[in-house]
Parts: sequence; C-alpha cells; structure tokens
Amino acid sequence: MGEKEDNVIYLDNAATTKMSRTAIEAMLPYMNDIYANPSSLHTPGQKAKEALELVRERVATVLGCEPREIYFTSGGSEADNQAILSAARQGARWGKRHIISTAFEHHAVLHTLEKLQEEGFEVTLLPVGEEGIVTPEQVAEAIRGDTALVSVMYANNEIGTIQPIGEIGKLCRERGVLFHTDAVQAVGHIPVNVVTDRVDLLSLSAHKFHGPKGVGVLYARKGIRLQNLIHGGAQERGKRAGTENLPAIMGMAAALEEAVLKLPFQSKQVADLRDRLIDGLSRIPHSVLNGSRTSRLPGNVSFCFEGIEGESLLLLLDDRGIAASSGSACTSGSLDPSHVLLAIGRVHDVAHGSLRLTLSDETTEKDVDTTIAAVTDVVAHLRSMSPVWRDLESGKKEFIIK
Amino acid sequence: MALYSEKVMDHFRNPRNVGALADPDGVGEVGNAKCGDIMKIYLKVEGDVIADVSFETFGCGSAIAASSMATELIKGKPIADALTLTNKAVVEALDGLPGHKIHCSVLAEEAIKKALQDYFERNGIEYDRSLFPDCENCDHCSHH
Ligand SMILES: Cc1ncc(COP(=O)(O)O)c(C=O)c1O
Repeated sequence: MGEKEDNVIYLDNAATTKMSRTAIEAMLPYMNDIYANPSSLHTPGQKAKEALELVRERVATVLGCEPREIYFTSGGSEADNQAILSAARQGARWGKRHIISTAFEHHAVLHTLEKLQEEGFEVTLLPVGEEGIVTPEQVAEAIRGDTALVSVMYANNEIGTIQPIGEIGKLCRERGVLFHTDAVQAVGHIPVNVVTDRVDLLSLSAHKFHGPKGVGVLYARKGIRLQNLIHGGAQERGKRAGTENLPAIMGMAAALEEAVLKLPFQSKQVADLRDRLIDGLSRIPHSVLNGSRTSRLPGNVSFCFEGIEGESLLLLLDDRGIAASSGSACTSGSLDPSHVLLAIGRVHDVAHGSLRLTLSDETTEKDVDTTIAAVTDVVAHLRSMSPVWRDLESGKKEFIIK
Repeated sequence: MALYSEKVMDHFRNPRNVGALADPDGVGEVGNAKCGDIMKIYLKVEGDVIADVSFETFGCGSAIAASSMATELIKGKPIADALTLTNKAVVEALDGLPGHKIHCSVLAEEAIKKALQDYFERNGIEYDRSLFPDCENCDHCSHH
C-alpha cells in the first residue's frame, strides 16, 4: 500500500479503511474497458456477465461456499437487513415469530429487529457480560420451539470482541434454527468459513478490509428463501434488483483475497502492536480496557478514562494528527453513550470517556508510541480542567474505575 | 474538523480563565456526569463588579469553549450585566454552535447564574428567585 498522507496517524480502521492498491487496480478495467451492463445481450455485456460470474466464484472460494450462495449488495447494512427480514418471514410461515440476538449488535441489526418487533415478532437480546462475549449456553437456553432465527455478530465493531460463532453455529444447526452472523468486522481480519462455522446467513462489507465503500455480500445457504429489499430487475438470481456495481465488486474480491492471503502473518503483527498500545494506555490511572483482552480482533483497542468526555479527547487528538473515534453521547449525536459500552456494564459517567483506536497493517510501532504519549497527555490535560476529576481526586466522589 | 467555528476551536484549545479560584465569593455547578457535561463557575466579587471568574468543565469541545467564552464575557463586568448574560450571547460570541450543541451555551448561562445565586445567598443579598435555573428539577438531559 502507498505512502501515508499528511502524516496522519489513522486509527479509525473499524469505521472504514483506506483502499489497497490491489483493489483500486482491480477496479480500473471495469470502468475503462469492461463497462457494459451484464444483463445486455451484446458481446461487451456478456463479457461483463462472465466477469461477474467469475468473481462470484472467487468470493465463494474465500468464504467456503458455492457461487450461487453469494449475493452482492450495497454493503453490510443492506446484507444485515435482508438476512434478518428474510429469515423472519420464512419463520413466520411456520408460525415462528421469535428471534434471538445480542444487546450489542450494530444498528443495522438492532433497528431491523425493532421493525420486526413492531410487526409482532418477539426479540430476545442476550446480555454480553463485562467481557463482551455471548456464550453458546446462553443461546441454547434462549432457543424455543418458535425461534425463527439466531443472529450474533462475529466480532463487535466498538470493542472488538470475537464471539464463539462456530459453537453457536453448531448448536443452531442441531436445534434446527437459522443462524445469521454479521461478520462485517471479522472478514479479512480473522479466519471465517461459512461451512466450518455452520452459518446459514452471513453479512460482510468491502470497505472494512481495504475494499471500496458501498459494496458487500450476503451469503445465504442454499435452500434459504431470500426476500427482496429492492424490487426491479432480475439481477442476483432475482433477489436484489439493480445493475451490478461490477467495478466495486471486482475491488472487493481483490481486497478480500489479499486480506485473507496476508492474514496469517499480518494478524500477528497487528495484534502485537495492539497489545503494545493496550499496555501503554493501561498505565494511565483510572483507565479500563473495554471487552475481553484475549478474544479480540487484532486491530481493536477500546478504553474508558474516568473524569473526561470523549469528544474533547478526539478533537485534541485530531489536533495532534491522530484520527480516532469514541462512543460518547456527544460524538454519537444522541442522548446516550454507545449501547455497546452500556451493554458491557459501563455506567454513563464512564462510557462518556471512551476512546476507540483501530489499527491496520500500515500502523507502525512509532505510531503506537506517539499515540500512547498523546493520549496520556490529553487525558491529563482534560482531567486538569474537569470538575468531576477534582471531586474524584479530593475523595468527594468515589472512583468508578479503580 | 469543520464541526466547529474557528472561535470555538480557539477557546477549546486555549481555554481562558480555566481552573479553580482560591477563596471564591460564589460557586455554581450545573449539569451531571450521566449526561456527559458538568460546568462549574467560580466568582470573585468586588463591590458590584465581577473582579475575577474561572471555570472547570467536564464535557465536549463546545462545552469547554462555551464556558471559556462565558467567563470572558462577564469578567470585569457589573453583576447586573452578568445576570442578564444569555446563552444566545455566548453562541454569538463563538460565531455559532451546531444545533445539537446549543445546550452547552445554556449550561454556561446557568452555571454563571448559579454562582451568582450562591454569592447572593452567602451575603444575604435579596434576589428574584424566578430568574434562576431550578437545577434540582432540571431535565436538561432530555433536551440534548
Ligand atoms: C458490525 C457492523 N455491521 C454493519 C456495518 C454496516 O456496514 P456498511 O457500512 O457497509 O453498511 C458496520 C459498519 O459500519 C459494522 O461495523
């Protein structure tokens, strides 16, 4: 990949990644030369069609499934929506109107479930505990005779915790319940295989692994009847209308293959830097790592610092050229801090002081050390002007993070 | 980030009058940590003039900037002027705030009022209670 821009230390890779050279170059021929509509009968159109079917095979190979089980979508959100709505409708036909998911799913899942609740579905959101991991036992206990679907994310986007998807998949298969996983944060970062994980439906999104934005995949195991979200032409086996975004799909496939190829050695390199960053930030007093330290995406670091607020932290880090993210209410534009931090039991006061740093294979040891120094400095600066910190230090209030 | 005006960023990066004052004549604290912002204002009064003022704030960039600007607007001014400082004046002095951040300027106005109220109470000075925020029954969190 290319040179770093403007000396920015980009640590927001869970929000989106920079496109890889490989992905960009894979797209160009499909803008310059093979630009015809895959649905057209003429030779250029048929060339595009061939390319589309070949790339479908490549994506299927990476995920371990058959090409006809791959549906190209506009990204993770669309795949999540379609997977959940389809499984719910299929269940309803058999009188099954109960869905199990977790409290810390992405809003693309949670808001879809809310919509189904309004339509009369019953939704059980499993708690995820302080470690941010749901257990197969919890799922087993929640499954009922009328459960239509279990949907558990592969890895959480804010705190990076990896869920026991293989075990949950095995359980759901045994109990005859459909299983969906939002693998948007996992694919390209940890090994994912739809067969060994026994998933029925899986969502992924290209821009989380150095592919283009606005393109993703819904894997649906054969035999599962998808419902259209978008009606129109007969593209994607009639399940997703709209002229295929071939350049983006080519870019996604190239990025996916590259990420998976590099994964074995790269995830160790990134995880080592992650651990260095976690160790460095742990030295800040009254700070706490969010989520399990061990069952964690290689690139995710998430902390809460008591006595400060996340948005001011982000702005001051931005001043120092560090691009980060936070789950504070002020950054979400909503009333409450992130539902993920609340789900792992962080109280509001502490959840407001959160910081998420997500690394990529371009992150260097120097970036990590610069970031540790900057965060340490900025946290101390904000605490020095915080009335909350004054009360905590003077003993007027008790520290929540010991 | 172009979320905030240059003025906001300046007051956020270089806050004026930050920290506690020794032996203040009035102190006012508003907001709560649950909602994500708390402002505390310290006053020194000489005669009927705000001789000195400082703040401490837990909150987002605009909360810190609004506190800083508010202290600048009342420093060295008569108490009567400080009493009539509106959140709108703070917003204007900052060259505007994004819509969902207006409540930060409201907090600044209320923190100053609360500190003045504390000063009146400590010195047995009569004042019109209706002009002051009712912080015990405040539902500021639901107005973000
Ligand atoms: C876990 C998870 N699910 C879904 C999405 C949505 O993906 P997209 O932005 O491609 O719609 C994201 C990313 O924003 C995510 O992190």
